[in-house]
Amino acid sequence: MDPGLTPPRDQAALQLRAERLTRHFTFGGGLMARGAGTVRALSEVDFELTAGQTLAIVGESGCGKSTLARLVLNLDRPTAGRVLLNGEDIHAARGRALRRFRRQVQAVFQDPWASLNPRMRVRDLVAEPLDMQHRLPRSEREERVAQVLQRVGIDPARMHAYPHEFSGGQRQRIAIASALISDPKLIVLDEPVSALDVSIRSQVMNLFRDLQEERGIAFLLIAHDLATTAFLAHRIAVMYLGRIVELGPTEQMVAAPAHPYTRSLFGAALPAHPDAGPGAPPLSGEIPSPLAQPPGCAFHTRCPARIGPVCDTQRPVPTKVGAGWSVECHLHAGTEP
Amino acid sequence: MASIAPPLAPRKARRAARRRRPPIIPLALLLVVLIVPALAADLIAPHDPYQSHLRNRLQPPAFWGGSWEFPLGTDRLGRCMLSRILHGAWYALSISMVGIAIGAALGSAMGLIAGYARGLTDVVLMRLADISFALPAVLLVLALGVAWGPSLQAVLIVVAFVLWAQFARQVRGEVLSLRERDFVARARVAGAGHLRILLRHILPNVFNTIVVMATLQIGVIIILEATLSFLGIGIPRPAPTWGLLIADGRQFITSAWWISFFPGLAILLVVLSINLLGDWLRDRLDPRLRQI
Repeated sequence: MDPGLTPPRDQAALQLRAERLTRHFTFGGGLMARGAGTVRALSEVDFELTAGQTLAIVGESGCGKSTLARLVLNLDRPTAGRVLLNGEDIHAARGRALRRFRRQVQAVFQDPWASLNPRMRVRDLVAEPLDMQHRLPRSEREERVAQVLQRVGIDPARMHAYPHEFSGGQRQRIAIASALISDPKLIVLDEPVSALDVSIRSQVMNLFRDLQEERGIAFLLIAHDLATTAFLAHRIAVMYLGRIVELGPTEQMVAAPAHPYTRSLFGAALPAHPDAGPGAPPLSGEIPSPLAQPPGCAFHTRCPARIGPVCDTQRPVPTKVGAGWSVECHLHAGTEP
Repeated sequence: MASIAPPLAPRKARRAARRRRPPIIPLALLLVVLIVPALAADLIAPHDPYQSHLRNRLQPPAFWGGSWEFPLGTDRLGRCMLSRILHGAWYALSISMVGIAIGAALGSAMGLIAGYARGLTDVVLMRLADISFALPAVLLVLALGVAWGPSLQAVLIVVAFVLWAQFARQVRGEVLSLRERDFVARARVAGAGHLRILLRHILPNVFNTIVVMATLQIGVIIILEATLSFLGIGIPRPAPTWGLLIADGRQFITSAWWISFFPGLAILLVVLSINLLGDWLRDRLDPRLRQI
């Protein structure tokens, strides 16, 4: 089915935009202690996401992926920069605007054992985003719940059960049903399959893909494994120490990553085919502490392709290396067409 | 090789099964000593607890050479000890129930707010809890007793005051960890406000703790109430509270030991039973063993 044939109303309008999004965490700044530290979890991140698209954010643990997800979900406020949803600053939203935002943006979290309140029935968990918008008559509410449960492959007759009566894969489907019920435009997927058995991952990933085709939902996918990312994402943003070091179309990037860090990250994943040669050599050394970020290029301490002193002192600027493809690396400086 | 299966597993299973079974003896004791007398003392007590039988003063219990007219003997005014103890159960039960209800509600609310809001609110509430921990309950009730005279209200206020801080601390600790759980984040993304998150998502998850704590505190409160009455600053006379009964028997402890002994035994049995029951409840509601 061509998703373009029946676009649900005003969905083409969806545009999520992060502008120089920055989140620093300060700590230790008590009354007495002067020497407070600052963790630069996220620095000057820019990206765009439109309806029907999936943007994956990948990187090692601690690179700022989850901070980014929390900011986009309006669970946390940025230190600087902003997130615009259809032109409106989401962190400035109050009252009705905030309610509208909550209806349009939903989330699926990593661990379906932790993300469903054990004390609530599936019916109430799934209906919660709906209940927050308006009170529906009971029959209508259960009808809506039954519809989304059916859609994600859970028997609607079990809506009165509690979450612990379901398996991990089923629980994640329940979480997805809940994210769908308010007909959102954007769903943030925070490592949605990494807590699931490998045998059911592909089912859940297929479900995401089908939902996107049917409803034109945009996904912001937070992931660290390349298999999920390559399967679901149209574009990939690679993060390192709170910065997006490379952002581009999935196929081209997987085929020929431009940034040395992307190369190493992708090289660390198992090849799709056993005959494929080994990827880039694995990285040595530790990620520098986000407390004391190195000057110049953040990656220069571990970079296998370091050019010279320019890497140590000058921060590289984003450089276009293709259509919708940009890299922050001195290797590509000046190659802009 | 049938002997390969370790014999440990069935034994463990049996122990788990025993734990799931409600503790019959404590329950029966509670019913006999506390609950039935509290609700129906008028029907089962052989005498009016306030009525003096001056010709039968200081009668020993039936099995100690007394008569069956006064199964547990009489006090110095010839009042029937059994009737007085049975009537005292109502005071023990109602004071501990009402006091704990007030203390648990107040403390849990404080704990929920402190743990959820964090920051300055948390600091202020927890310092208040520290202060109430540091203040001796007896001192407080003495002050109230002097100000108002011995009264039911003073006792209830002291009970609530002694309890709230414990509930507040325990609940706050659990809320601090619960509020970071993904299901709270999911609720916020769904659009739930703070009140809904507190009442629908966090409170139900600390409710077990509150129930278990309340149960375990009943014994403490019965003893506290008895202590206050014993000191003459609790429920005013002539109410036959167990603490007052013990205090009344003090001067006869060498000659008519039964006056103090049987109220003391009642307290012992009730508190012991409640604690056993509370332990069982705690095991039952342990999140790791919980099947909801």
